Amino acid sequence: MEVLKGIDLVVDSHEVVCLIGASGSGKSTLLRCIDLLEPIDAGRIVIDGLDITSRGVDQNAVRRRVGIVFQAFNLFPHMTVLRNVALAPMRVLKRSQENADERARHLLERFGLVDKADEFPDRLSGGQQQRVAIARALAMDPDVMLLDEVTSALDPVLVAEVLDAIRELADQGMTMVIATHEMGFASDVARRVAFLHEGRILEDGPPERIFREPAEPETRAFLDRIIAAGRM
Amino acid sequence: MWIAVGSTVLFFGLLAIVVVRSPGWPEIKQQFFNGQEFKESFPLILRKFVRNIFIFCVAEVFVLLFALVLAVLRSLPGPVFTPLRILSAAYTDLFRGLPTILVILLLGFGAPALNLQGIPVSPYFWAIVALTLVYSAYVAEVYRAGIQSIHPSQVASARSLGLTRWQSMRYVILPQAVRRVIPPLLNDFIGLQKDSALVFLLGLVEGLGEANIISQGDFNFTPLVALSLVYVAITIPQARFVDRMIARDQRRRQAGGDL
Repeated sequence: MEVLKGIDLVVDSHEVVCLIGASGSGKSTLLRCIDLLEPIDAGRIVIDGLDITSRGVDQNAVRRRVGIVFQAFNLFPHMTVLRNVALAPMRVLKRSQENADERARHLLERFGLVDKADEFPDRLSGGQQQRVAIARALAMDPDVMLLDEVTSALDPVLVAEVLDAIRELADQGMTMVIATHEMGFASDVARRVAFLHEGRILEDGPPERIFREPAEPETRAFLDRIIAAGRM
Repeated sequence: MWIAVGSTVLFFGLLAIVVVRSPGWPEIKQQFFNGQEFKESFPLILRKFVRNIFIFCVAEVFVLLFALVLAVLRSLPGPVFTPLRILSAAYTDLFRGLPTILVILLLGFGAPALNLQGIPVSPYFWAIVALTLVYSAYVAEVYRAGIQSIHPSQVASARSLGLTRWQSMRYVILPQAVRRVIPPLLNDFIGLQKDSALVFLLGLVEGLGEANIISQGDFNFTPLVALSLVYVAITIPQARFVDRMIARDQRRRQAGGDL
């Protein structure tokens, strides 16, 4: 099935790009393609000079360098928070357990979760689970982080704590592509905003321009709907 | 509470009276519930039942492992693994379709009769092989249901961290899948334990064999009742044990898990 049609997007290192657009516009699919989680029929994706869509590329190695955080957290429910974060560094990067645990604790501390290290995910609030998911992705030292509507499944009161964590990442220069419905956050954290419509990027540019004076009628219609819904 | 106790006592009391006062009861009591016969046969049966325990314990270990291999083979994604998937599916179809008793008889009498060098002739060996072959087919399907019940987002999440297909299976899918299928797994194990009685057809004097010998020698069915008690006595604690294990796991993992 053809979902994305002629996407052309360049993201610089340390740049934060937000993807906006209605549900079904292709935001999630684009992110999942970048992490090679969707079959790609045509087109090229290049990360740091490496064409990850070419034949013979080590897909596991690519996924190691690309971190993704999902809308529904997708933590491993049978492992404690600490084991969730330390699993991939131990099994994929072959770090020792002490080393992986120490780094995992460090990351959890950074997100204010170190006291939850030995809890199981289902005992945490949504906001806490999502911050664990961010820590888990960061534990692999990715070159780029992809965030797929990470606050959409959260109670409004829990959204802020997750957005704060992402803002901190942006401040530290993490390269990020973020699919989001939080327009305030997008204009705050993103250097560029890209509007997706039916599998195409209709326009992209600095948030001030996209939000204040969108060039395309579809963008305008979308933003009007967002404003009407009180989300901006 | 007291009404429940009262009605239960009344119901079973009446039932007992009806049974005990039926015209055939003295004969039945003598034939099936003979205290003296029970006292003499029970220890003998129990001693031979150790052989059943040995057979089903060994078979269960092999079933757990072999069925897991079958289920994992069948769950491998991608066109490369089609032959393995077909093999596993064919195996399951075949051994689920065959009555256990046939497999036991065919292997137990057939295989040693080949007179091949190095083939074991012990009925224990073939009993265990037959039970393992049959029950692995069932248990593989149980495992497979467990594997398929894990949401694909768990795989996506594992693969996104760079885990290989096999690592995702080993560390993320299987641990969750196995937890989920413990109750149906116990079901199949209880079935296996009961079917271990079938091996008496190979002339192996285990619990049923011994009960049968005593019963025919004394013209009395009480030994069979005694063996029934043994089976029930080993099954019920297993069910309670698994219930408790699952409850403990849930409490540990979920807020409100004790509800």
